[in-house]
Amino acid sequence: MADETPKPQELLDRIAYQPPAKHWMDVPVNIRKGMYCYASNPKSVEYLSMPNARPWNPLEDDWQLPENWQQILHEGFKERLEKFRSIKVFMDICVRCGACADKCHFFIGTGDPKNMPVLRAELLRSVYRNDFTALGKVLGRLNGARPMTLDVLKEWWYYLFQCTECRRCSLFCPYGIDTAEITIFGRELLNLLGLNIDWVATPVANCYRTGNHLGIQPHAFKDMLDFFVDDIEEITGLRCEQTFNEKGADILFITPSGDVFADPGTYTCMGYMMLFHYLKEKYGLKVTWSTYASEGGNFGFFTSHETMKRLNAKMYLEARRLGVKWILGGECGHMWRVINQYMDTMNGPADFLETPVNPITGTVYQNAASTKMVHISEFTADLIRHGKLELDPSRNDNKIITFHDSCNPARGMGMFEEPRYVIKSVANHFYEMPANTIREQTFCCGSGAGLNAGENMELRMAGGLPRANAVKYVHETFGVNMLACVCAIDRAALPASMEYWVPEVDVTGVTELVANALILPGEQERTMDLRSEPLPGMEEADE
Amino acid sequence: MGLMAQLALRKDVVVDKWFARVVDTYPAETARFLRSQKDPFANPVGRTTHQQLGTLVALLDADWNPDTARSALDPIMRIRAVQDFSAARATGFVFDLKQVIRGLMKSPDDARWIGDLKQLDRLIDEMALISFDLFMGCREKVYELKANEMKDRTYKAFAKAGLIKEVDDE
Ligand code: SF4
Ligand code: SF4
Repeated sequence: MADETPKPQELLDRIAYQPPAKHWMDVPVNIRKGMYCYASNPKSVEYLSMPNARPWNPLEDDWQLPENWQQILHEGFKERLEKFRSIKVFMDICVRCGACADKCHFFIGTGDPKNMPVLRAELLRSVYRNDFTALGKVLGRLNGARPMTLDVLKEWWYYLFQCTECRRCSLFCPYGIDTAEITIFGRELLNLLGLNIDWVATPVANCYRTGNHLGIQPHAFKDMLDFFVDDIEEITGLRCEQTFNEKGADILFITPSGDVFADPGTYTCMGYMMLFHYLKEKYGLKVTWSTYASEGGNFGFFTSHETMKRLNAKMYLEARRLGVKWILGGECGHMWRVINQYMDTMNGPADFLETPVNPITGTVYQNAASTKMVHISEFTADLIRHGKLELDPSRNDNKIITFHDSCNPARGMGMFEEPRYVIKSVANHFYEMPANTIREQTFCCGSGAGLNAGENMELRMAGGLPRANAVKYVHETFGVNMLACVCAIDRAALPASMEYWVPEVDVTGVTELVANALILPGEQERTMDLRSEPLPGMEEADE
Repeated sequence: MGLMAQLALRKDVVVDKWFARVVDTYPAETARFLRSQKDPFANPVGRTTHQQLGTLVALLDADWNPDTARSALDPIMRIRAVQDFSAARATGFVFDLKQVIRGLMKSPDDARWIGDLKQLDRLIDEMALISFDLFMGCREKVYELKANEMKDRTYKAFAKAGLIKEVDDE
């Protein structure tokens, strides 16, 4: 994108421009506005006691690096090669077959070859060969090796923050190489030099201090939920009061703070509250919220293993403090990947908690026997399956729904059926997107892994294209007007993507749909849905 | 037979040649992918572009309708407006159609084609102007999204809950 007005000769040159075919190492990195996120705020870096806190600007030549930065990187690389066997294997075994190359939404959308997963990984591999393999040392570039220079470092930074760690590419690799892991590892190395983005660094600092990414203090957190109680009362005539930090509750509920503070996640949040109220009234189930562990998301995951561990620990400490039996988790994306793939080795086993059992249905969640944490869709699907929820799906009749599998619940925990079962039980109009864009093969929203900032909107729109393109298809074919998902980043990011690519489609959480259909004991006749829009057939009553 | 009618007979060739030129505005590795992957969901850029170019070529022979041209150009410009293109490079491909058509004619300089070619060039110029408008519209949309991102989501939720104190609330 041209940010300055070009001169006429430049214009002519550009019109005739056909990019020359060059070896990727010879194409210099061009840090383009709209594609990168602002640099981390030094205060946030300092708060986490992470290295090299200082103001810096990616567009300037001097990134204010420590003098011995190459040595720091080399040693950091070496240490991690010894610590993480997977990384060592991923560095060695890629045969550059190209099966992953065209599977990344960022390559598909931006058309930039350096967004091919194989090249993203080559960024690190080329330095690995140079620093750690005998052949690379001798043959140099012939063996795909190159030394770490400032330009290479900038290229790392630019492209490691154009990966949403979604793992779609890994699905197609015959060797199971997970480029997301390589990005995670690469970002951890960048953090050794203080090269984080602010959209990640500040939420992490906030979460570490206050308990959630936005830095909302406990009283404001509670105020927000109290406000939803009033809102729900207008719609149902009932006050769905919640409990906070209640010792001895059955279950601790943790969801991303985005659900509490950002539309349209707020409607999903109201949905959780109505569901918990229903379960309390009908079955006496006691669910409590925590104003301290008030964040399910974990942007530490996008920073370093250590930071992820620190933030994840808080949820378990709070569960222990409150003495609950197990943890119920809300509609979040990466929270579930952290829980399923890392929690147990980092902070587990959580054996002070019980293997989760749904006290209403008797279902034992063996899949969560070690992490003690159950997904709200698993929980709701189980309740519906046992006929424990009274539902009126016709209240969602004006919504023609499709489901976006969020990368992490899909590829990070293998949850495909439960949300679909729930949606089909609470609504009558559901259509799938094409098979190569859902389930394991789902396309990322384009804004995960801390990239849902405002300043990188071009990147987000380009990366969001493959997902939006499939939504557009079901919109045009079946009249789909609602995109359901079980992830707070999706709910924050997809509305912008829809507004750009398919403006007729809105975004909703699954639990919002559940609560629309849920018949609460003693409720007034409902005329509005959770967004205070008239229910189907109630358009008149609204006037 | 007039030029337009002849073009209509060779529509697929025109579209493919034009498409090849658009694809060549991308780096070589990307161009290869855009050309070869035929699944519209695996390759939205390539397939959308190809399909809409087809609509535009067909329009040359039919009754010219700027609205149809606009809706065919919109998906292409929407994509190019968020990729690594200046305004000139994003829209320049439209003019390529003039070369593509002339390249397919045995004697484009023949006097009998002057009138038809003039008419054709006029339509292509109009397409270019439409795409420039669309490009600007998309850029404005991107900036609007940037500006509204924070305000619309978090701010709205806080304001709704009465947690934000405006100056005039005194
Ligand atoms: S993990 Fe996702 S974003 Fe990253 S390279 Fe693979 S497909 Fe692309
Ligand atoms: S699919 Fe696997 S082996 Fe093939 S290029 Fe990609 S990472 Fe390497």
